[in-house]
Amino acid sequence: MLSRRRLLPLRVAVWAVASLAALPLVVVLSSLLHPETAVWAHLGEHVLPELIGTTAALVLGVCAGVLLLGVSLAWLTAVYEFPGRRFFNWALMLPLAMPAYVLAFVQVGLLDFTGPLQTVLRGWFGADLRLPEIRSLGGAVLVLSLSFYPYVYLLARDAFASQGQRALEVAQSLGLTPAQGFWRVALPLARPWIAAGVLLAMMETLADFGAVYIFGVDTFTTAIYKAWFSLFSLPAATQLASLLVLAALTLMSLEQWQRGWRRYTPTGRSQVVRRRRLTGWAAAGACGFAALVLAVAFVVPVAQLLIWAIEVAPQDLDARYPAFIGRSLLLAVLAALLVVGLALVVGYGERRIRDRSTMLAARIASVGYAIPGTVLAVGVFVPVAWLDNGLIDVFGLQTSAVFKGTVAVMLLALAARFLAVGLQPISSGLNRVSVNQEQAARSLGAAGATLVWRLHLPLLRRSLMTAALLVFVDVMKEMPITLMTRPFGWDTLAVRVFEMTSEGEWERAALPAVALVLVGLLPVIMLTRTAEGARAAASGYAGATVTEVVR
Amino acid sequence: MKKLCVALLGLVMAGTAAAAEVVVYSARNEQLIKPVFDAYTQETGVTVKFITDKEGPLMARLKSEGQNTPADLLLTVDAGNLWQAAHAGLLQPVQSEALNKNVPAHLRDPDNQWFGLSVRARTIFYNPTLIKPEQLSSYEDLADPKWKGKLCLRTSKKVYNQSLVAMLIAQHGEAVTERVVKGWVANLAAPPFPDDTKMLEAIAAGQCQVGIANTYYFGRLLKRQPELEGKVALFWANQDGSGVHVNVAGAGLTKYAKHKDEAVKLLEWLSSEKAQNLFADENMEFPVNPAVKPAPAVAAWGAFKPSVINVAKAGELQGDAVKLMDRAGYK
Repeated sequence: MLSRRRLLPLRVAVWAVASLAALPLVVVLSSLLHPETAVWAHLGEHVLPELIGTTAALVLGVCAGVLLLGVSLAWLTAVYEFPGRRFFNWALMLPLAMPAYVLAFVQVGLLDFTGPLQTVLRGWFGADLRLPEIRSLGGAVLVLSLSFYPYVYLLARDAFASQGQRALEVAQSLGLTPAQGFWRVALPLARPWIAAGVLLAMMETLADFGAVYIFGVDTFTTAIYKAWFSLFSLPAATQLASLLVLAALTLMSLEQWQRGWRRYTPTGRSQVVRRRRLTGWAAAGACGFAALVLAVAFVVPVAQLLIWAIEVAPQDLDARYPAFIGRSLLLAVLAALLVVGLALVVGYGERRIRDRSTMLAARIASVGYAIPGTVLAVGVFVPVAWLDNGLIDVFGLQTSAVFKGTVAVMLLALAARFLAVGLQPISSGLNRVSVNQEQAARSLGAAGATLVWRLHLPLLRRSLMTAALLVFVDVMKEMPITLMTRPFGWDTLAVRVFEMTSEGEWERAALPAVALVLVGLLPVIMLTRTAEGARAAASGYAGATVTEVVR
Repeated sequence: MKKLCVALLGLVMAGTAAAAEVVVYSARNEQLIKPVFDAYTQETGVTVKFITDKEGPLMARLKSEGQNTPADLLLTVDAGNLWQAAHAGLLQPVQSEALNKNVPAHLRDPDNQWFGLSVRARTIFYNPTLIKPEQLSSYEDLADPKWKGKLCLRTSKKVYNQSLVAMLIAQHGEAVTERVVKGWVANLAAPPFPDDTKMLEAIAAGQCQVGIANTYYFGRLLKRQPELEGKVALFWANQDGSGVHVNVAGAGLTKYAKHKDEAVKLLEWLSSEKAQNLFADENMEFPVNPAVKPAPAVAAWGAFKPSVINVAKAGELQGDAVKLMDRAGYK
């Protein structure tokens, strides 16, 4: 073990990142000093009792939904060979590129009473036909699960692809069937990755406002918006938000607790993945299931968006679009790099220092993801405006802004929001670097930055790519922080979506939304390419890396 | 990095350049305001810089920026938001004869802190294949049990419904209004809709027979789906009583405006005969200036008697309206 003194710089770095992420939270929590008893009394009596139950049901429902979809699809594509597997392997990530509220709007449009499905069915079976109401808790669980399952899919597939085959071999050698092998060996081994994905999905569900609004499901976030926009009490809104912070911290502690102090260490050399070939009904079933999920979560809604986009393109597609796309890309790429960098610091610190305070720092750094974006945006804006005002006063500047409205502030704000998205894959990926590998590398004289650079980074390549992809796509879709911190005239695709949806012009929003999805596809495809390449070369991966350190 | 520096520098310079320009924080979306501002720049040479966002964040922004805000005007939809901005001390009064002449008294702040620029009417819509207009009368009547299972409403979370209920409170007081809202809830044919367009489509499809919406959603819907003509129609509500509920999109001068004179000139121009059609027609709203006629497609809905209670009431009573709707179980 290294001395405490040598770990000090790392400790400082972790806390520095955590403070950056915590700054908006402090603003949010400081509202606790301004009690708003009248608003609370009303919410407590008429609003909160019902929606706490609804929120819990929604979050648990989405948790179950993403587990079911994410894990099963990841298992299928990682360890079996069936028709279309290579395609589904990357295509199943695509729903990530679509903002949840856009998916919600399209699905409700298709499945509601006035939608094409029910209209056709009424034509066949008579005007009295009623399907279950899609604008309901059940509908919200379904659509949010379809929207967020890729978090679990992506992380679980990563785990299964590197261990699933081995797990099955081990299971086989113990005389277990493949099904038993899945339940008793592969699933427990993949738990930290799956939990990380589920945690992200649950936090995003907690923070969601746009999608639940469309379903008419009132959650905690609804109450926050009600307190702020309708009862005009920003303090009450932020007080409610601080309860969400608490919920997120609890979720993270649970995740940490289930992970325990277990180490998930790969044993020996990884094998080239040899997938089991499915035949007959099994193959058709696997292919059909993957195709169904992809169709409902992505193909059909995108087709609908395309139809609308083509309708409005002559009117709306103007010369500014390249700039919108350029800014969205620039912002997403820079934010992804920044977040991955910061998450690496926190993740590495968490692994090396392994004490309570560092764990706490890592959790604080993650909590921004569970807070509704608009509230966090205010939390970011207030301190920056305060700093600007101070500088202007002290130096007597002839300006209204110093840092405000710069891309740098935008990036820091986005980092505060999406650190969790980068941290989850990275810290579960770091779990997989074995102590043996580290010790071997150290015994060969590699330490500190060299160790990170030559051992961890290569081993973490896929986790880093996953983290970067998730952040990239999330930033592309992000709306409230972009709106509040962007420089004058610095509009992105997400801003375009906002302009159209703010007055309910959903069909016109389809154009920027489609552009968003298309641009979001790029990294998905890129990641798949590198991941496939990496896997082909994965034979003796870990061993080779250690040897590399020696050279 | 270079880009960042350029952006940073550009902003600092923009702050110092005190040339003829006006800075607007706008909750009215870009495609509705940009053509108007472009026309203004063309006519006067004054640049209009603007940034869009939702009202809440824009107000939080103004508040935290304090004296150093770059914004000269706050432009929002719904008088409730404007009232709130004035109430929070973010605006300042403007004494302008032109504005007083162009904007009817009930569509501007009694203290002249903000001015309506376009009028939005929220009225009743129905399916003419299922009911006759003679069966309709008022918002209050929709609470009658005869409409059980036939009414569609948009969510109470939308400020338009909060303003409508606030105006009902202003007329009838809380007890009567609460009975009305409870009656509406009991009559609902489907859970409240996320937007007016979806609700109008539901009326056209026969999921319900009657509902309440802003007229421009109706105009937009028929423009996009002309086949719905004859399946959903407009009825001017409360013509024998208080008149149709109206609200405004409007603007106010910020308390710490740096370009005060230019900003007031822009406000005056926006309310003038020259600009009113430009401002209102793009979204099929009504001009606020009585001397200006609405767009032909809008005028075709016929003349109506609007409610003349000052729209500021909507802001004042919005909180009460929200609480009342919560109590009545209107989601």
